[in-house]
Amino acid sequence: MMKQAFRKRLEQGDLLVADGAMGSLLLARGLTTGAPPEEWNLTRPEVLEEIAGLYLDAGADLIQSNSFGASPLKLTDFGLEDQCENINRRAAEIVAEVVGDRAYVSGSMGPCGKILEPYGDTRAEDVHAGFRRQAKSLAQGGADLICIETMTDLAEAQIAIRAAKEAAPELPILASMTFDPTPRGYFTIMGQNIETAAEGLAKAGADVIGSNCGNGAEGMLAIAKEFRRVSDLPLLFQANAGLPEIKKGQVVYLESPEFMSEIAGSMIAAGAQIIGGCCGTTPEHIFAFRSAVDGFNHP
Amino acid sequence: MTYSSEIALALERGEAKDLAKLVQTALDSGAEAKQILDDGLIAGMAVVGGQFRRHDIFLPNVLMAAKAMNAGLDLLTPLLQAGDNPDRGTAVIGTVRGDLHDIGKNLVGIMLRGAGFEVIDLGNDVSPETFVAKAQEHGAKVIGMSALLTTTMPGMAEVVELLKAKGLSENIRTVLGGAPVSQEYADEIGADAYAFDGVSAVDRVSDLMEMDG
Repeated sequence: MMKQAFRKRLEQGDLLVADGAMGSLLLARGLTTGAPPEEWNLTRPEVLEEIAGLYLDAGADLIQSNSFGASPLKLTDFGLEDQCENINRRAAEIVAEVVGDRAYVSGSMGPCGKILEPYGDTRAEDVHAGFRRQAKSLAQGGADLICIETMTDLAEAQIAIRAAKEAAPELPILASMTFDPTPRGYFTIMGQNIETAAEGLAKAGADVIGSNCGNGAEGMLAIAKEFRRVSDLPLLFQANAGLPEIKKGQVVYLESPEFMSEIAGSMIAAGAQIIGGCCGTTPEHIFAFRSAVDGFNHP
Repeated sequence: MTYSSEIALALERGEAKDLAKLVQTALDSGAEAKQILDDGLIAGMAVVGGQFRRHDIFLPNVLMAAKAMNAGLDLLTPLLQAGDNPDRGTAVIGTVRGDLHDIGKNLVGIMLRGAGFEVIDLGNDVSPETFVAKAQEHGAKVIGMSALLTTTMPGMAEVVELLKAKGLSENIRTVLGGAPVSQEYADEIGADAYAFDGVSAVDRVSDLMEMDG
């Protein structure tokens, strides 16, 4: 029973592969700009089944639900707040049906899109209540773990972790933040460095911590090394395939599967335990990461 | 320390209540609203912008400074004479169609207002037609567009195209901003300028306002 053993596999030091980008695959399948991708959990589940299948076949051990922007605060922007439970439950169910026991269903929770008080006008209680609803529905839909990702404010990430632990106490929690390079090292836009973030995420109760999104694989390798220096927790990294560039009106990401998988190997050597992709990565990237990880798991 | 440098310092520290008190005290002792705006608020915001650009401070400090700035503006705006406003021109700003991310755009709006521009904020999810129509309606010389998503960036190109089609591109200039946007993208779609952050947005808008048209 692989699924019950996620924490055990972490303890054993097994290396795992997470999946790649979702948004670009949805756009290629007709998602229009401005429409919330999560609505497709209700209206076009077959597309999400297909994408989960692509990443499963590419060799991912963790497959994400299409629920990144499905916190109620964010769904409010589209008038879909009352569909929060349905959208999140279906997000997890769709992946669970596809992967069965072959992979973990990773319940994705992204930022709520608001700035917390005192800097912004959103109350911590409201953010907490929203993430709690989201995590509960993801768990009901069959999520094996909760993946809190692309966070740029440690305070919001901690709220999400605590809310997820309350809503689904048995599920492991992955918490991943996004950092920008500055002359003084890597910081979130809210000014937290990696050491502060790592301590804060661990304190809130994350099982796995790390980083996703950002400026590409090489930057992520530097981030991975800093995380290993300051934390003993299992580490997760999911880099973008570089920064987006516009070529002939099309958005393209230029880092190849070969390039990124080589750096994925360096990240593993630096202490990363779960490697996947973020914006611009494809099933081909994940396939390459699988080979890199297998080289370590079965040398 | 002069009243204006105290006000600037309160703004840099993001202390809205202190700043409002200092502004009121300065007004009570006969200082000109325009002077307080220029030497206190705008000077302080310029310092904050520079620190942000150099990564000496981060978004929370900028947001708190912006709140303090607004607290000061609330007191000063009713007292500013029509002639006091530097009349540096009008800019229409908004987040492009399909995009609901407005934090960056809001900051740019505060910075532009602070720098003396008249700002018409169209909010988010703004269609190309609305951008152009509102710019014409308000006699704006600049349209500032923000996008956080690679998927909504093409909305910027549509505005540029629409201005061209209407023969307005010499009268209304465009400036772009947002995480996925770059100078290369601005060049590619034929926009007039790209601004990396709120401070450079002020610089770019200043340049564009000076252009003939």
